[in-house]
Amino acid sequence: MSAPSAMSEAHSGREIDGFRLAERIHTGAMGHIFRVTGRDVGFPMIMKVPRVGPGESGEGLINFEMESMLLPALSGTHVPRFVAAGSIAKTPYLVAEWIEGESLAQRLKHGPLNSTEAVRIGAAVADAVHSLHLQDAIHLDLKPENLIIRSSGEVVLIDFGIAYHARFPDLLAEERRFAAGSAPYISPEQVLGARDDPRSDIFSLGAIIYEMATGKLPFGAPATMAGLRDRVWRDPVPPRALSPDLPPLLQEIILRCLEPLAEDRYQSAAHVAFDLRHPEQVPLTSRANKSAVTGLFGQGRRWWLARRDRLGLRELRRTQLASTPIIMVAVDTTHFEDERLPALQRATAQILSLSSEFRLICVSVIRVTVAAERAADGDTASGTYLEHLARLRHWVEPLRLPARRLSLHVIESANPENALLEFARSNHVDLIVLGAPTPAQLGLAWWRSVASRVTANAHCSVHVVRVPERD
Amino acid sequence: MIIAILSDVHGNLEALNACLRHAGGSGVDRYAFLGDFVGYGADPQAVVDTVAKFASKGAVVVKGNHDEAVEKTPRYMNDSVRSVIDWTRAILSDEAKAFLAALPLCVRESAMCFVHASAAAPERWDYVDSPAAAQRSIEAAQTSYTFAGHVHEQELYFEVARQKARVFRPQRGSPVPVGRHRRWMAIVGSVGQPRDNDPAAAYAQFDVERERITFHRIPYDHLAAAEKIERAGLPLSIAYRVAKGI
Repeated sequence: MSAPSAMSEAHSGREIDGFRLAERIHTGAMGHIFRVTGRDVGFPMIMKVPRVGPGESGEGLINFEMESMLLPALSGTHVPRFVAAGSIAKTPYLVAEWIEGESLAQRLKHGPLNSTEAVRIGAAVADAVHSLHLQDAIHLDLKPENLIIRSSGEVVLIDFGIAYHARFPDLLAEERRFAAGSAPYISPEQVLGARDDPRSDIFSLGAIIYEMATGKLPFGAPATMAGLRDRVWRDPVPPRALSPDLPPLLQEIILRCLEPLAEDRYQSAAHVAFDLRHPEQVPLTSRANKSAVTGLFGQGRRWWLARRDRLGLRELRRTQLASTPIIMVAVDTTHFEDERLPALQRATAQILSLSSEFRLICVSVIRVTVAAERAADGDTASGTYLEHLARLRHWVEPLRLPARRLSLHVIESANPENALLEFARSNHVDLIVLGAPTPAQLGLAWWRSVASRVTANAHCSVHVVRVPERD
Repeated sequence: MIIAILSDVHGNLEALNACLRHAGGSGVDRYAFLGDFVGYGADPQAVVDTVAKFASKGAVVVKGNHDEAVEKTPRYMNDSVRSVIDWTRAILSDEAKAFLAALPLCVRESAMCFVHASAAAPERWDYVDSPAAAQRSIEAAQTSYTFAGHVHEQELYFEVARQKARVFRPQRGSPVPVGRHRRWMAIVGSVGQPRDNDPAAAYAQFDVERERITFHRIPYDHLAAAEKIERAGLPLSIAYRVAKGI
């Protein structure tokens, strides 16, 4: 590789390819970050310049190269927008969006957050991580410094220096020195050298929520390789032992993210976001009330499994997300004896049979007016709500799903299609299943039906179930 | 400038035409053919004619081991391959044979090196089927980019620190950034005889300015190509391989 040189004297006031360098806002081992102006892109910009040239070791250039490769390929509100990059051989630089907002590290300077805040930010981080995973990328260096919280509450991931992209060559494979990640947050498999498992980010997400909720790091900040390896078979002090006020379900979620074996963790960041936002339906396991670390026998088992993993028997999980869908089925509990409901049930069963790591969200939208009328009748609105919930449970029961794969929601809204669309979007639903209009409704134009409007406006795939016509 | 790089056509005109149509429709402005125009397939004459036409318009063309075998049958070829070469030699025009015989083994052009097998001793037809073999070729080529065929699977080798190469299995149709500060070796796959259980033809496009390479797989009427091989009286095992992509 030829050594680039021209950028060694980057300084404020200099102009590079039409970008004017303003204040230097960061200097680290990898290089400098300047705010820049000079191109009308409609948002503030920064320029990253690696440390290269005479007298510099060139360390970190590979991380800079990795980020330059990945950032242009990423999109969405959870990553900085890419603007331009210089030739790595001649003038290496990277210009991207400057994200306005406070980093989670700054937020945590004043101590742990209350659990409501930890849950809210945790879900926002999970949203961002899921968005990245949907783009075939894995961050591998999630930590509070790399999470910027916008004023809207959305979280943006920054610094892709050791990230992985399934469609690009991994320049950092086996380059332990440059792919280390941050000791307090990296997953056990990363410690052992794996770089292609999205569930590594879920582990880091768990460590971050742990820190938000307790003010402590789950594994401390080990400075040696032996200290880092500990997490392969040891688990952290349960967060409620540090903060007894923490709800058991938050401990359940945190410890499930922090499982040493990737297959015991949440399999998708979208599932973490969902559980954080719908805590009432999270089934609690022994994790929720654990008050001490796992005993010697359990640790021995993990140690053995970790050895097995190092022997190369671990299956690769590149297609992880494709097998962890969130499926939302819309069930009309107002017309609960409708012949479409068994058809919907059969179709749902078929769809679920294609995947073992799914989540099924059953939603019924009831009109507000129904609830209001009942309330006026002396019945309570919550009575109506519970009745629909019971019908929903009755509908899904024949599918015999374990509680952790299932959640039930009755939503009151005058506008069913908007309620369904909004719920699907905010919960990262991958597939919506719903019934077509009944033959009785055929007089109604198709385009006016809930099914057609949901199909037309959904952010994801839609499976419309129709009862076959009989001759 | 976008260069379409095609290798190991092996007398498969249907596959070649499908790739050329795809390339023509996606903004390609230059072509490179990396050898093995004959052997296996039923249309060696038509394939050589097509390639010669591109060569006259400035395409890069290098020689493969099957093309060389038309001049002198080598010892290493097995009976069925040898019988196809004998058949090919009998039906090729003198002009086509002269075209093949005159091809260079390796062409270097600015930052690019084009070769059929390995830039380290191209005449030995060594297989680049490991990072170590790729590294030897990269060192010999001394260019940022080396494009080769011979091995029928699409692979992208890249040099990392300490003169060591690694391999990446590209995803079809997904552009890969390949900065010229680093050295790369792309095995573009086989147009006429893919062997990864997918009969779709393989080739690659290199965008010189944007420093990106995209590996393509182009479905075509492979059963028609297989049937032609059968009808020409060539070994059935070869028709079967084209039909199945094995």
